[in-house]
Amino acid sequence: MEAKTQVAFPAETLELVKRIIARYPEGKQKSALLPILHLAQAEWRWCSPEVMDYVASLLNIQPVEVYEVATFYTMFHLEPVGEHVIEYCRTGPCCLMGGVEVYDHLKKRLGIETGETTADGKFTIKEVECLAACGWGPVFQIREKYYMHLTKEKVDQIIDELGK
Amino acid sequence: MKILTEHIDVPNIETIDVFMKHGGYQAVTKALKNMSPDEVTEEVKKSGLRGRGGAGFPVGMKWSFLAKPEGVPRYLVCNADESEPGTFKDHYLMAKSPHTLIEGMIVSSFALGANTSYIYVRGELMYVIHILEKAIQEAYDKGFLGKNILGSGYDLDLYVQPGGGAYICGEETALLESLEGKRGNPRNKPPFPAVKGLWQCPTVVNNVESISATSWIVNNGGDAYAAIGEGRSTGTKLISVSGHVKKPGVYEIPLGITVEDFIFSEEWCGGIRDGHKLKAVIAGGSSVPILPAELILTTANGEKRRMTYESLSDGGFATGTMLGSGGFIVMDETTCIVHNTLTFASFYHHESCGQCSPCREGTGWMDKVLHRIESGEGRKEDVDLLVDVAKKIEGNTICPLGDAASWPVAAAIRHFRDEFEWHIEHPELATK
Ligand SMILES: NC(=O)C1=CN([C@@H]2O[C@H](COP(=O)(O)OP(=O)(O)OC[C@H]3O[C@@H](n4cnc5c(N)ncnc54)[C@H](O)[C@@H]3O)[C@@H](O)[C@H]2O)C=CC1
Ligand SMILES: Cc1cc2nc3c(=O)[nH]c(=O)nc-3n(C[C@H](O)[C@H](O)[C@H](O)COP(=O)(O)O)c2cc1C
Ligand code: SF4
Ligand code: FES
Repeated sequence: MEAKTQVAFPAETLELVKRIIARYPEGKQKSALLPILHLAQAEWRWCSPEVMDYVASLLNIQPVEVYEVATFYTMFHLEPVGEHVIEYCRTGPCCLMGGVEVYDHLKKRLGIETGETTADGKFTIKEVECLAACGWGPVFQIREKYYMHLTKEKVDQIIDELGK
Repeated sequence: MKILTEHIDVPNIETIDVFMKHGGYQAVTKALKNMSPDEVTEEVKKSGLRGRGGAGFPVGMKWSFLAKPEGVPRYLVCNADESEPGTFKDHYLMAKSPHTLIEGMIVSSFALGANTSYIYVRGELMYVIHILEKAIQEAYDKGFLGKNILGSGYDLDLYVQPGGGAYICGEETALLESLEGKRGNPRNKPPFPAVKGLWQCPTVVNNVESISATSWIVNNGGDAYAAIGEGRSTGTKLISVSGHVKKPGVYEIPLGITVEDFIFSEEWCGGIRDGHKLKAVIAGGSSVPILPAELILTTANGEKRRMTYESLSDGGFATGTMLGSGGFIVMDETTCIVHNTLTFASFYHHESCGQCSPCREGTGWMDKVLHRIESGEGRKEDVDLLVDVAKKIEGNTICPLGDAASWPVAAAIRHFRDEFEWHIEHPELATK
C-alpha cells in the first residue's frame, strides 16, 4: 500500500530504460520522457516531485523539462491516488450508450465524487475524455485494462472483485 | 470487399505464423526483392489512397513531397493517437491484427527510405502497445525487421512510442513535439513535416489505416485498389459506429455504398435500435458537422447520400458534412442535442493546448454557455452568442483544433436551433 520512499528503479527496469533511450538518435534521449514517466507511474503510482526529479536525472535533462511535460498530459497523476484509479469516459458517444447513468451509479456505489479517493484508499475516480472505444461503451479504464459495455450490474461486480 | 479486415477474425491472427499463413508479409518480400522504393510509391499514387486520419490528403502525393537532402535521415511516423470522439477503428485494427500495421510500416518505410520508424500510440492504449511490441519482436525474429532485411540490403528499426493522454497530440506536428519528449504544442505549418519533421528531419506522418492499406496495394497493384470505390474516393474505409444502432462496431466498407444502406442493412449497422427512429448523425468524428436524418440520407439536391469524401461534403456546411476519420455517431429521437453538443464542447475546452487565445478562450466560453443552457440558466441571447464565439475561433488559430471545436457547435445550432431555444424557454422541463 505505502508508496516506496526511496526513488530508484529496480535493476531490470533500469535495463529497460537503457533500451528505450537507445530507440532514439544520439543526444535525443529526451524523447524517452513519456515512456519513462509511464514506467515511473507504474512503479510509484503517482508522479511526485521526487519521482520527476529522478526521471530528469536518468535522462540528463532539467527537472523543469519533466514538470512541464507531466503537467501537460492527463495520464500522469500529480497527486497521490488510490490503489485502483478508475478513469471513466465522459464523452458524447459513451453518454449515448448510457454512460451518464452508469457513472452516477459508480459514484454512489463508492460514495465519492469525481477526483476523490475512497476512505480505505482503494479507489480513485477520474473523468477522462474519449478512450477510443466508443462503440463498446460505456467504458472505463483501470491501469492498462479496458472495461467495456458497462452496466450498473457489471460495475458492482468489478468493484466487488477489486475491493476485496 | 475486404482489404484490412479480411482475416481479422481468424483465431490467433495476431501471431506471425497464422498471419503469414493468410498471406501476411508477402508484400514485404515483393517490395524489397522485386521493386524499387519509387515503384512502391508509384503504385500507392496510382491507388488513389487518401489519408485515413481524417484530412484525406493523397498518400502517394505526400510521400513524393518528402524532402531527400543528402546525409539527413528520413522518418516514417505512424499516427495511432486516435482520440477523436467516435473514432475507434485504429484501436480495433491494431489490437486484433497488429501485423497488418507492421507489414504496412515496413513496406512504407522502404518506399520512403526511412531506416527508423515509430508508431505513436495514445498512452491509454498501453495494452495495444504490448500487443504491437510482441508482434514487432516476432517480425525481427523472422528477419522482416533489422539489418539487411531478406538480403535486400535495406535496414529498418521499428519502435512503439506511447503518448501521455492528450487529444492534440493526434495533430501531426503536436505529435512530433510529443515524440521529442515535449508538451504537445502544434507547430506552424508550413513547413510541413515532409520538409521539417521529427528532430527537424524530413518525416512522413500517416494514419494507421493509411499505412496498413499499402501492403495490399503492393500485392495487388494500385490499379486494383483504385477499381474499388467511386471517383476520388478509392478503396475501402474502416468506419467505427457508435450510438443508437443495433450493431455498433467497426466495419470495413467499400467507399460508395449509400448511407442508408450502411445504417439500415443487416450487413452493416442493422438499423436503429428497436422501436426508435433516426434523428441525427455525426459522420466523421466529433469535429465534423452533425446532420439531421433527412440530410444525412439525402443531399439537398435529393440524391441518395453515399459514403464517399465527395458525397458526404456535398452541400458544404450548409447542408453537408465530412467523412473525416470515419467515426460515425448515430442518434435516435431520444437524444438531447444540447447535452450531446455540450459534451463535445467540454471535450474541446479540455483538450485545447492553450497556445492561441481564440481557441483557449473561445472553447471555454462555448463550454460555459452551453453548460448554462443545459442546466436551465440559459439566456435569450445565448444561442447567438455561441454562433458568434464559434465564428471568431474558426480560421484564427495555429492548428485545426479551433475549427474542430467551433464546427460542431455551429452545426448543431444550424440544424437544431429550436432545441437550444426550447431549453432556454423551458428551463424547468429541460433540466428534468
Ligand atoms: N483520427 C482522429 O482521431 C482525428 C482526425 N482528425 C482529422 O484531422 C484533419 C486535420 O488534419 P491536418 O493534419 O491538420 O490536415 P492538413 O490538411 O493540414 O494535412 C493533411 C496531411 O497532408 C499533409 N500535407 C498537406 N499539404 C502538404 C504539402 N503541401 N506538402 C506536404 N505535405 C502536405 C500534411 O502534412 C498532413 O499529413 C481533420 O480533417 C480531421 O478529420 C482530427 C482529429 C482527430
Ligand atoms: C486536433 C487534431 C487531432 C488529430 N488527431 C489525429 C489522430 O488521432 N489520428 C490521425 O491519424 N490523424 C489525426 N489528425 C490528423 C493529422 O494531423 C494528420 O493529418 C494525419 O495523421 C496524416 O495521416 P493521413 O494522411 O494518413 O491521414 C489530427 C488532426 C488534428 C487537427
Ligand atoms: S488551435 Fe487550440 S489546440 Fe491548436 S494550437 Fe491553437 S490553442 Fe492549441
Ligand atoms: S466516447 Fe467513450 S470511448 Fe469514445
